[in-house]
Amino acid sequence: MNSADLQLNLYPVLPELLMVATAAVVMILDIFNRKGKAPTSMFLPWFALVGILVTAAVSIWLIGQPISSFQGMAINDARAQALNLVVLAGAALTVLLSIRYIPNVNRQTGEYYALILLVSTGMMAMGSATDLMALFLALETFSLGLYILAGLSRTDRRSNEAAMKYFLLGAFASAFFVYGAAYVYGATGSTRFDLIANALFDGKADPSLLAIGVTLLIAGFGFKVSLVPFHMWTPDVYQGSPTPVTAFMSVGTKAAAFAAFYRLFAFALPSEQASWGPVLGALAILTMTLGNLAALRQSSLKRLLAYSSIAHAGYILVGLATATSAGIDGALFYLISYAFMNMGAFAVIILLERQGEMDALGNRLNGLARRHPQVAMLMSIFMFSLAGVPPFAGFFGKFFVFAAAVSGGYSWLAAVAMLNSAIGAYYYLRIIVNMYFAEPTEETRIEPQQASIPLAFALGVSAVFTVALGVLPSLWTNLVQSGALNLVAMR
Amino acid sequence: MFDLVWLLFAFPALGALIILFAGRWMSQKVVGWIASLAVVGSFVVSVLLWLGLLALPAEERSVTVHWWDWITIADFHAPAAVLIDPLSVVMAMVVTGVGALIHIYSIGYMDHEPRYQRYFFYLNFFILAMLTLVMSNNFLGMFVGWEGVGLASFLLIGFWFDKRDDLYGWYADCGKKAFIVNRVGDFGMILAMILVWSTLGTVVFTELNEAAHHLAPATATLICLLLLLGATGKSAQIPLYVWLPDAMAGPTPVSALIHAATMVTAGVYMIIRTNALWHLTVDAGLVTAWIGMLTALLAASIAIVQTDLKKILAYSTVSQLGFMIAAAGLAAYGAALFHLVTHAFFKALLFLAAGSVMHATHGVLDINRLGGLREKMPTTYRTFLVGAAALAGIPLLSGFFSKDAILVVELQKNLALYLVGVVTALLTAIYSFRAVFVTFHGQPRDQHLYDPVHESGPIMTVPLWILAALSIVGGVINLPFVLTLEHWLEPVIGEHEKIPLVLELLGITISIVVAVLGVLTARALYLTQEGWAKQLAQSFAILRRPAENKWWVDEIYDFLIVRPLKGLADWFAGFFDPKVIDGAVNGVGAALNDAGEAVRKLQNGAIPAYALSILVGVVAVLFYFLFFVG
Repeated sequence: MNSADLQLNLYPVLPELLMVATAAVVMILDIFNRKGKAPTSMFLPWFALVGILVTAAVSIWLIGQPISSFQGMAINDARAQALNLVVLAGAALTVLLSIRYIPNVNRQTGEYYALILLVSTGMMAMGSATDLMALFLALETFSLGLYILAGLSRTDRRSNEAAMKYFLLGAFASAFFVYGAAYVYGATGSTRFDLIANALFDGKADPSLLAIGVTLLIAGFGFKVSLVPFHMWTPDVYQGSPTPVTAFMSVGTKAAAFAAFYRLFAFALPSEQASWGPVLGALAILTMTLGNLAALRQSSLKRLLAYSSIAHAGYILVGLATATSAGIDGALFYLISYAFMNMGAFAVIILLERQGEMDALGNRLNGLARRHPQVAMLMSIFMFSLAGVPPFAGFFGKFFVFAAAVSGGYSWLAAVAMLNSAIGAYYYLRIIVNMYFAEPTEETRIEPQQASIPLAFALGVSAVFTVALGVLPSLWTNLVQSGALNLVAMR
Repeated sequence: MFDLVWLLFAFPALGALIILFAGRWMSQKVVGWIASLAVVGSFVVSVLLWLGLLALPAEERSVTVHWWDWITIADFHAPAAVLIDPLSVVMAMVVTGVGALIHIYSIGYMDHEPRYQRYFFYLNFFILAMLTLVMSNNFLGMFVGWEGVGLASFLLIGFWFDKRDDLYGWYADCGKKAFIVNRVGDFGMILAMILVWSTLGTVVFTELNEAAHHLAPATATLICLLLLLGATGKSAQIPLYVWLPDAMAGPTPVSALIHAATMVTAGVYMIIRTNALWHLTVDAGLVTAWIGMLTALLAASIAIVQTDLKKILAYSTVSQLGFMIAAAGLAAYGAALFHLVTHAFFKALLFLAAGSVMHATHGVLDINRLGGLREKMPTTYRTFLVGAAALAGIPLLSGFFSKDAILVVELQKNLALYLVGVVTALLTAIYSFRAVFVTFHGQPRDQHLYDPVHESGPIMTVPLWILAALSIVGGVINLPFVLTLEHWLEPVIGEHEKIPLVLELLGITISIVVAVLGVLTARALYLTQEGWAKQLAQSFAILRRPAENKWWVDEIYDFLIVRPLKGLADWFAGFFDPKVIDGAVNGVGAALNDAGEAVRKLQNGAIPAYALSILVGVVAVLFYFLFFVG
């Protein structure tokens, strides 16, 4: 790759372009839908879904054609496409969960689907950015969209609170990020990852400027993926946002930010691994432990999954701390598994929500197996997978990540992570125990108006992939490992 | 052509799925035929695979069809792939061929069974697992099948889990016994697999064969002995054979299919499949041969005094498996597989004929209450007679050739083993004809039982006839001197060891004499009841009681293993778990819960507090970078 070349190759951003185009069409169609009554409102989510699926197909097609473009600011490798697929899977399932849900929250459904598409675009761009400026643009693209989505229910106080908190703290974190990018530029003279890496190899960088810059970047990313102590917003925002948005946030944000996280640290700062590795390890331990401990005592299901999502961020970080390709691929596997199992769990929560409530208490699951055995069985699959029990996807996610930590010389980290999985198993399995062994109560019921065919379909797809990835992890790893080869080719 | 191998698995898988999900709306006949046709389909595919191999030159008869990479972890690779070679194709044809006949027979046999969907689902699942076992190209895939057939066996032995009687106790307990005893064997298999992988770096059979010569002899011996432990579990040998007689609690077609013809031969198959390892060690082979022959003798001595027809057949199966294991231990793989195939025919036949009797007597198989049945059940009688004659080694029947092939090898290699083999063969002839004479000849001993007895319908008798025909002519696949099967297997097991003509003729002569002598003795003892025979029986009376009590092996195991383990388990359950473990766990749990409560309270909802937390994090990380890394 010759950096001096003026390239205008659109392949790396083809998926993003498709998503933006779909969003634009959705918005235009929405013009005919001023009162939420026109026939187009029925048809918008399906149009969005088709756009997402076409983009996914293009992403798969692009795998194995590593191309860098825009003067080295974006890259198209298999890992970028894999990240696209995680985000797109999350987005597609979110659309399915929203079809019945969102009209009750906000009549402007066209706006909603356009935002989901644009937020996804930003997330996908995170995975292909190889320049701090491009990264920041992508970060802000999806963050701004999410602030709006969090506050989608304009009349609900908690939704407003969620949006406000998320926006204020998000702005705070973005400031840290930009500041960090500026310091790194000051230290190395470039914002491009490969040039930063070169400067570091040549020993031209100022160490204290770099340290400040890296610290601030860690804070910026840490906020997005909810690492302790940058996580405080998470439970409040998760609880207050409309549930499909929460589900999307938990899956998409985590995937995008972790993808960018790995690009930055493995592409730009590989020479400094000895110094940032232990920091990420320590953050991982804090994050897992605090997330799991706090989840033990939650009565709200959404808050429980919020803390669970914090804990999972810690596990994923275990894979990144080593910066080996096994760890990174393990983290990617973790992200795709998490996308399906967590989406499924949120879908079950939606079924338990009452009209206009946007949350459900854990005791509604008591005795669910007796009233709705199918739902209870699916929920058990998701909970077993989240707990990391084989043969479900979550097991291999943890296995790959922990194995990479052990072989990368971070055995202590893997040991703490395994202890944490044991704590986590407690609250996931308690849900299963309650569903199967507790007596059903007045509260144990599924709201008929929440149940819909698209939601059932989303549940089914999530369960199938949760099982399939657990039985046949090679379905995914083959895809990503072809990416690891390309990475070598790029270097 | 070989790409079609997926159909081999697809048929029983599809059958099982249809029965599982749609079976509840179907009648017993429909479910039975779906299951049977699925296996017939698999049989057709396996014949096609065989023809496909025949069309290839001998040295190319090993085709691997790779489906996908199943597990890849660091250096460990286990593909989802099948190996089509002379050995696996023969096994597949036996499993699906005999399996199909038994499925069809079951339609008649299980006609009053209310849980028929479950029965046929298990049966198809078994075929799927057994095919996985014999077709997989690697150890791990084979082990999946190995465990799958174990599961099917467990489910089918305990099929009438709600039943109990004096002979078996709770039927569910028989299933549990089989499962638990097999765990011991599986433990050996797992250790062997781990050793193979850690020393040779592969679990794929074809690669393993090429790499095997790098192994140190001691390692090879250890691996083979661990494999032998696995084989003693699945193939019911000393010391783990005790589960098989109790496995007769399952429906009789299951005994025929799983506990006589197919699953219990898995250990023999596994030894043949891993023969490259066994070539490196003479010791392990000798141990194996002795275990096989001692099992054969012990089981035959028990079979001769049993009074339940199925138990006689069960001990006979243990005994015949002993012959096969011994042959495999002596590296006579062709003879082992030959006996495996003919045994599948005649033992399945004997069980199905016994099942036909059982169907007519509503479950009574105590030979002391039967007698004279040949008048009322001519077909069952004739086919049973063919099976018993094959088992006894009557010349020109299939069992004669296959057992003789094993005995001749023993004669050539180890005279002591041969003597045990001859005695066992004599006992075999006696107990098989004892079963024939007492059950079918003479006068009825229980008129109430006898009067309503009638012959079974064609759906049960046609499979009997087919198996009878196979039991008669089955020997042609490997006649002495022609050795079709041995030559067919050469790509897998190497050249056949030449046996001197004199030994061969001597062996055949002795075999004939022994078989005839055995039948005559049985006739004198149980039919004509001649004086000399009674005297002969008298002189062995001292052995009678131990044999009737099965040499107290179950009691010894109970005393030495089961009770101490139960005592230990009681201690764990009564003291260690509730006090020590639960105490510690509850303590940790309570502490964690309190910590969780404390953490929860940190979350006060105020934005400044949240921002402060971020700031604290930044300062801490920066502090580390500047002062500890610098």
